[in-house]
Amino acid sequence: MKKLKLSKYSKENIITYGLVIAVWAVMQILINGGKVSSLMQGLLVPLCVYVILAVSLNLTVGILGELSLGHAGFMCVGAFIGAFFSRYMQNTIGQGFLRFILAILIGALCAGAIGFLIGMPVLRLRGDYLAIVTLAFGEIIQNIINVLYIGRDSNGLHFSMKDSLSLGLAEDGDVIINGAQGITGTPKDSNFTIGIILIIITLIVVLNLIHSRDGRAIMSIRDNLIAAESVGINITKYKLMAFSISAALAGMAGVLYSHNLNNLMATPKNFGYNMSIMILVFVVLGGIGNIKGSIISAIILTLLPELLRGLSNYRMLIYSIVLIIMMLFNWSPKLIELRKRYSLKRLLKKEVR
Amino acid sequence: MKKRVVSLFLAAAMMASLVGCGGKANEPASDNAGSGAAADAGTENTTGEEEASSGTEADSQPAENTNSAEGGAFKIGAIGPSTGDAAVYGIAVQNGAELAVKEINEAGGINGYQIEYNFQDDECDNEKSVNAYNTLKDWGMQMLVGTTTSGCCIAVAAESANDNLFQLTPSGSSVDILKNNDNVFQVCFTDPNQGVGAAEYIGTNGVAQKVAVIYDSSDVYSSGIYEKFAQEAANQSFEIVSAEAFTASNKTDFSVQLQKAKDAGAELVFLPIYYSEASLILTQANSMGYAPKFFGCDGLDGILNVENFDASLAEGVMLLTPFAADAEDEATKSFVSAYEAAYGGTPNQFAADAYDAVYVLKAAIEKSGATPAESVSDICDKLKGAMAEISVDGLTGEAMSWDADGAVNKAPKAMEIVNGTYSLIQ
Amino acid sequence: MSFISYLINGISLGSVYAIIALGYTMVYGIAKMLNFAHGDVIMVGGFTIFFAVSMQGLPPAAGILLAVVLCTLLGITIEYIAYRPLRQAASSLAVLITAIGVSYFLQNTALLLFGANTKSFTSVVTVPAIKLAEGQISISGETIVTIISCIIIMAGLTFFVNKTKVGQAMLAVSEDKGAAQLMGINVNGTISLTFAIGSALAAIAGMLLCSAYPSLTPYTGSMPGIKAFVAAVFGGIGSIPGALIGGIVLGIIEILGKAYISSQMADAIVFMVLIVVLLVKPTGILGKQIQEKV
Repeated sequence: MKKLKLSKYSKENIITYGLVIAVWAVMQILINGGKVSSLMQGLLVPLCVYVILAVSLNLTVGILGELSLGHAGFMCVGAFIGAFFSRYMQNTIGQGFLRFILAILIGALCAGAIGFLIGMPVLRLRGDYLAIVTLAFGEIIQNIINVLYIGRDSNGLHFSMKDSLSLGLAEDGDVIINGAQGITGTPKDSNFTIGIILIIITLIVVLNLIHSRDGRAIMSIRDNLIAAESVGINITKYKLMAFSISAALAGMAGVLYSHNLNNLMATPKNFGYNMSIMILVFVVLGGIGNIKGSIISAIILTLLPELLRGLSNYRMLIYSIVLIIMMLFNWSPKLIELRKRYSLKRLLKKEVR
Repeated sequence: MKKRVVSLFLAAAMMASLVGCGGKANEPASDNAGSGAAADAGTENTTGEEEASSGTEADSQPAENTNSAEGGAFKIGAIGPSTGDAAVYGIAVQNGAELAVKEINEAGGINGYQIEYNFQDDECDNEKSVNAYNTLKDWGMQMLVGTTTSGCCIAVAAESANDNLFQLTPSGSSVDILKNNDNVFQVCFTDPNQGVGAAEYIGTNGVAQKVAVIYDSSDVYSSGIYEKFAQEAANQSFEIVSAEAFTASNKTDFSVQLQKAKDAGAELVFLPIYYSEASLILTQANSMGYAPKFFGCDGLDGILNVENFDASLAEGVMLLTPFAADAEDEATKSFVSAYEAAYGGTPNQFAADAYDAVYVLKAAIEKSGATPAESVSDICDKLKGAMAEISVDGLTGEAMSWDADGAVNKAPKAMEIVNGTYSLIQ
Repeated sequence: MSFISYLINGISLGSVYAIIALGYTMVYGIAKMLNFAHGDVIMVGGFTIFFAVSMQGLPPAAGILLAVVLCTLLGITIEYIAYRPLRQAASSLAVLITAIGVSYFLQNTALLLFGANTKSFTSVVTVPAIKLAEGQISISGETIVTIISCIIIMAGLTFFVNKTKVGQAMLAVSEDKGAAQLMGINVNGTISLTFAIGSALAAIAGMLLCSAYPSLTPYTGSMPGIKAFVAAVFGGIGSIPGALIGGIVLGIIEILGKAYISSQMADAIVFMVLIVVLLVKPTGILGKQIQEKV
């Protein structure tokens, strides 16, 4: 294996990209051949969303080594800003694809900016305290979106934090963000191909960052903050860099999410701490710092509840048991040792001998 | 390396299982249609995009396609949250619709065709709701009773409109559900209808002069009603002296909201919310010695069935609801006793709406003469036409009829809780 | 006048947060893990008392005892099955995720066993309310009992941890597991004991939570659990008196925020204050500043 000129990293990367493209190609062929169920077709875009979220959170958790429980908040920002833009521009920019690209850019930029603003004060906190502050920001974002009312009429935009009546819209008014009722009528611009392209963009950003000089600086902070500081690494800069890139990618996933559904609401379920924790579960199950693992575990854990639908009311119970078992299987030191002892590879080797 | 092999294998297995037997995994565990009339209809009567999916389904389960004498069965799907915070509403819909399906099947079905029923959980999440919808589509659903909650319903309505699949929501009350979707009909009142109705009732009957509102600002249903109520209140003889909100993540302590209502001198507190929270509000108002009149909408129905709830706290609560479990009429009585026998516990309005929804489907099918052999889209077009013509006497309203836009016309009943039971006012 | 009654409401709410936070902080302080399932153990405690007292008509004391025993056993079992195998795992996040799995498991089991219908809990507190200022202000019996229990538990725990041999062993384990083991301390046993105590506290918290806010569903514990976690961090996670202070402060901020700023934004206000506090004092109100060494 060492004879290949490629470094270990680029080989790994090529496998990762290859996998993604292969999945896309296989799915395209299957869809064209009419071999894919509607459920699976409907799941393709959400799968892309969760893969992007998992990979982007892995940047914060695995590479930067900080626990963030507010990732869904950034997704929420991206989703709402992106959907707002598309609704606002629906009649101005008729070309769906162009509008969607712009929405993605704007959503990602805004989420990144919010990540930057939040990161500046809070990244000096450590460990569980940082976790709780990010959780708090996620909840604040969700809460604010739930009381935000924005409408448009011939006089321009109207804002309110109370209810849609106080917007004072004219007759021709259109309430775009209607508090808890969210944004209704977002054009369905998301599709699987765009999702895959966004995954690849995410992978390019994250993998290149990891293997760059900046990435090594970031990882040195994770491994030993004091040592990193003592060799002159600008801790704040690199922490912020990783955090806001991760937020921007989450925002991108949010835009993809919001353009897949007709009705976007910020509920505790989809943008609250539940979702942040779910993304964290993807990352930890797949292996902290392991990008490919994140992708696979995001896919498995998103599909699992759907595959368990046949169990009807026992579905979520079984899901939780499977989750616990998978965690024990992947992380328990004793089981890891057992797995090594009885692994296929070893057995094969023995036979060869 | 080992890990990679395992994960690759897992991923591949997942793919294979989804692609190969999308239909098989979703076999209805709750399928109680029972009869041997498992439909082969799924193969023929789908159009466009669905052809693909039902094709695979047919491949994967040919053994089950026993041709029944009737030549097929109607496949009715239902969606709602059966896990998560809102599970109580989804489970009610699941059971209510199931009960109706059972009764209809026992009585010989619709025009001789049996019904197959499949309920899917959506956890009260828009995305999961669309997943549930797609699962049902793979199963071969021809009509949808759903979804239970408004937000999910808007998301699913966009999909069903795209497929031209007939959708009848028992309890999704937002107007956005009907907007631009001519295939979607409602059994329950719309939010504006309820908000305006409540304001008019309070105003014209002079129930109170000073009114306080406590609503759930993070809930589509509640904030929707509140908005219209506040709008209509301007035209009425009473005044809103305090309007306080709570949110899904902050719904245990209502002392502030009640204190404000009390300080503002409100004689009546309007509660456009669900009964779980309302039971807490009543208890807390009682413990702080505040006893205004409470007034609610259909979400409040069920408050007397909260297990172990002190019904004396709800004494004098007024609500506008289409259904009351202790109503004395024959239909309600037999429904309630059948429900209690089958599932335990008293049915709430969601169960009644879902029960009615299935009977409305039956009436519409009978009117239009649709058969299971037709395509989803054809059935939908026929039913759309029939909905405008039928009039159904259900648990939640007499002579219910529908506008072309999908909203129901029925009269809400004003109820008051007296001696621990509902009694009709007027 | 209304300010005082808001303040009292805040203290009532805060005392409930505090009693949950005590259990959280106990487990965190010793086992160094965020037990996300704590809120759901509270729910189990609530249901046990509900069935024992409200349904079967047992005396409240027997119901509480039953709940404490059941929750303690549950806590030990959860620790043994889901947390212990991961204690030596490469990352401390692993056990956080299984805790989430356990939380889902408990919620869904309760959903299947007890159904989704809301159950109204009959308060097991018989202490009468105190009325002040001609009945304008009333302090409920539940609040009085909760606050007294908080203080007793706090004092008991502080004494137990600092003065008894087992408590010292706990401190040693929390300081350095390896060194504690070398000193002949049974690390696994000590951590099991911590979970047993934490879960017993959860049962009591469940009783008080449901007495104060008498609505019981399978999801009753999850939101107060998160709030109590916030309260524990507020006070300095791991610090036993900090949990009490954090809980009360959180309750007061929440109620006053609702009363004077916006009832829609109550959560945002609470979290905003939390962030500000943590930025000023990065380890909470009473948290220990740990100097990192190279």
